Amino acid sequence: MIGIEHYLVVTSILFVLGVLGIFLNRKNVIIILMAIELILLAVNLNLVAFSAFLGDLTGQIFAMFVLTVAAAEAAIGLAILVTYFRRRGTIAVDDVNRMKG
Amino acid sequence: MIHILAFYLFAVLVIASGALVVLSRNPVHSVLWLIMAFFNAAGLMVLVGAEFIAMLLVIVYVGAVAVLFLFVVMMLNIDFAELRAGFVKNAPLGALVALILLAEMVLGIGAYRVGIIELGTPDGTAAPLLGEGNIENIGALLYSRYLFLFEMSGIILLVAMIGAIVLTLRPSRAVRAHQDITRQNMRRPEDATELKRPEVGKGVDL
Repeated sequence: MIGIEHYLVVTSILFVLGVLGIFLNRKNVIIILMAIELILLAVNLNLVAFSAFLGDLTGQIFAMFVLTVAAAEAAIGLAILVTYFRRRGTIAVDDVNRMKG
Repeated sequence: MIHILAFYLFAVLVIASGALVVLSRNPVHSVLWLIMAFFNAAGLMVLVGAEFIAMLLVIVYVGAVAVLFLFVVMMLNIDFAELRAGFVKNAPLGALVALILLAEMVLGIGAYRVGIIELGTPDGTAAPLLGEGNIENIGALLYSRYLFLFEMSGIILLVAMIGAIVLTLRPSRAVRAHQDITRQNMRRPEDATELKRPEVGKGVDL
């Protein structure tokens, strides 16, 4: 039978993949944003799994809030990305140091 | 039996597509793998009976967020080969951090399996199930106990929408002719037209 630990293993691997993606694609902001989405997806799966196995709906409600914030974050992040690309013509983030004065 | 089979199918697919999101060379492929990962995660959620969140995941993530990513990737004309330059250089550090994280999580789950720690036990404070079925239960809970949080998430979305519009809105460079109603009304036929009576056989000097 599928227990909660099965879900925990899957979400752990997904979370670690997201972190790995941030480290591997340090220059490409789009991939970094996608890796953050993967991390949030892992968190959501975790919340839903615990909610289901404990019989408490609060986890699913909070998964919804996480989803809301993730959508808002993606919209703002991509808007910043588009503005930055218009200004600089590139999205390489490792030289975003113009503002350090 | 079919439940276990479906779980392993979804789990393997979600992990494989997650890995391909990170490793794929072309960001468009990454977005498509991300969509695949979301679908399979939604399948995993359906398996534990959270169908509302699963459908929300498909609608919000696949329908909105992933398409937004796709738009941005295709709209910006970026040389992606150049952006992959540090990939190999960063790989050892990334793999190290990932391995440490994974080892910690596996240790935690192993400790749960042998019974050292407890992974959350129902303690009687669980939200009561008020309706029938997942969606009705969520609605009953969301609009009573979590009403203010729900409204706050609406405000967050509003602020995000306004922020995204303000950030990307560019006033159009071309100055369009503005309609001046006063000037329009002040204009009389005598200012604009002139009546001439040319002689026979002659033209009119303009």
